[in-house]
Amino acid sequence: MRNAFIDELLILARRDPRIVALSSDIGNRMFDRFAAACPGRFINTGIAEAGMTGIAAGLALAGLRPFTYTIASFNPGRCLEQIRLDLCQPNLPVTLVGIGAGLSYASLGPTHHALEDMAWLRAIPNMTIVCPGDPLETRAAVRAALAQDGPLYIRLGKKGEPVCHRNIPEFRIGKAIEIKSGSDAVLLAVGTTLPLALAAAERLAEMGITAAVHSFHTVKPLDGELLGSIFSRTAPVAVIEEHAPAGGAWSGIAEWLAERGGGRAPLLRFGTPDAFFHEAGGQDWARKRSGLEAGVIASRISEVLSSRAGEKRAAPL
Amino acid sequence: MTDGAGLRQAARRIRAGILELSHRGQSAHIGSCLSVADILAAVYWGGLAITPENIASPDRDRLLFGKGHAAAAILAALAERGFFPREKLADFNRDGGELQEHPGPGWPAGVEIAAGSLGYAPPLAAGLALAARIQGRNFRVCAVMGDGECEEGSVWEAAMFAGGKQLVNLAALIDANSWQATGRTAEITGLEPLGIKWEAFGWRARELDGHNPEEIRTALAEFGRGDRPVALIARTVKGKGVSFMEDDNNWHYRTLSDGDLAKALRELKDGT
Ligand SMILES: Cc1ncc(C[n+]2csc(CCOP(=O)(O)OP(=O)(O)O)c2C)c(N)n1
Repeated sequence: MRNAFIDELLILARRDPRIVALSSDIGNRMFDRFAAACPGRFINTGIAEAGMTGIAAGLALAGLRPFTYTIASFNPGRCLEQIRLDLCQPNLPVTLVGIGAGLSYASLGPTHHALEDMAWLRAIPNMTIVCPGDPLETRAAVRAALAQDGPLYIRLGKKGEPVCHRNIPEFRIGKAIEIKSGSDAVLLAVGTTLPLALAAAERLAEMGITAAVHSFHTVKPLDGELLGSIFSRTAPVAVIEEHAPAGGAWSGIAEWLAERGGGRAPLLRFGTPDAFFHEAGGQDWARKRSGLEAGVIASRISEVLSSRAGEKRAAPL
Repeated sequence: MTDGAGLRQAARRIRAGILELSHRGQSAHIGSCLSVADILAAVYWGGLAITPENIASPDRDRLLFGKGHAAAAILAALAERGFFPREKLADFNRDGGELQEHPGPGWPAGVEIAAGSLGYAPPLAAGLALAARIQGRNFRVCAVMGDGECEEGSVWEAAMFAGGKQLVNLAALIDANSWQATGRTAEITGLEPLGIKWEAFGWRARELDGHNPEEIRTALAEFGRGDRPVALIARTVKGKGVSFMEDDNNWHYRTLSDGDLAKALRELKDGT
């Protein structure tokens, strides 16, 4: 996702002189080509995330289109009030790019885990949150960010994620992308968990259960049309995300449902716990500890389906 | 007290520990660890009053290690000094182990704070130094950080606070290796001249040879007697002690192969 991001940004920046890339001492060599192709428009602000965000706001006030880049736990964590007051309040078109979504940097410890970032940002008016599911969605998200007029957060994984789409998908902010159809269950994959959701759907298929998989890439604003349609049916809906329970996509969808008096389908959460990870281990290990595994997801969905079938049978006529 | 030769010996063992640990855990930031090795030898071999014996005492001096990405360095130093059994190091970066690539709150005694997000040590250190004053205790506090780390605004908020409050029991020890993650510090911001910045904030600043552990130890032993907090700017070489790592910032990112490890350890053994 990292390479897709910078490649796409460079393509756009060659044509659009308003684009400025800022990094707070992150992305070794990754901006070299950008800096050479767009002299003066790559700025390393030093290790100063709050300052970088304010500087980006200043650039945007003059009509430029800044993209700020650093590790997702620091962007937004280290510059939250600058985001709230400098970017969101005046609704300035600055794109924040966080690399290392969720558990991507698990082995680096809690300082580098981005498991509350969506909660922080979802709470702020005018903010848009986009979590691309693969490198192609990343490219599309960068273009969509430029086309939009307000602050936007792109939550990226790291390097080397598999491509899940055949070609660059038709990408609209706030509109999930159906990757696979199915009628027994609905899997909503948020960003980095897209390959995991597809693997879980395969496990379910082996059990004779067909699951739809959507890349639920926009966490704010939610795709109300899709939610309206899936919750009017009864197939269980599973949200799969590398995020804590409070304030992430699952939480946003639960709030959406509660406001409408609930839906017919059960809503399941697959995410990280409300706890710090103090154990060493990489992303696979940390995901396993959180139940973010294809087999675990598939068996819980199948349990929900069979317990409901049991209820139906047991119900008196 | 350990003599000069003993100090240099300790630093060399810390470096060997860093290399072994980074290799076993396949962790990066090896250059950042090697540049701070002599500083840690000076700290734990007499510079500060922190020993395995007094580590539970509220009157011990405190070392706050801000550059958490150099976790392997502080682990190697504490293990070498006997703060915890060496076997514990097997946990470093092992699935399910207790030691992640940055220090956490559950780390062995001697690691006072979790770290990994840069710029946090100076305010914490100022708070601890102020606590000593409020509680009428005599301990001293030293924050170790990188030069790049000094770009964070939180560093200067603490600097202004501590200067204004004349927290004489506080020191900032800067591992000034002239590199940060993506380039030379001097090319990225206007960080230098560092000394007069600290002076302007009400500190006494002093330049040191960051690879002369005796000089650092003496400076550490002395601070706390003057009328201001002290900034010790230790000029260092990133990757110090291993020829093919020295001043090569690729070792901010690279991990060690078996061959690299053997070659690096051989150099340490042959060096003086
Ligand atoms: C707040 C924050 N921003 C960015 C990083 C990523 N990062 C880790 S080490 C590093 C460079 C540190 O440079 P310096 O303080 O000079 O220490 P050195 O590694 O050169 O010894 C950066 C930017 C971080 N850990 N924390």
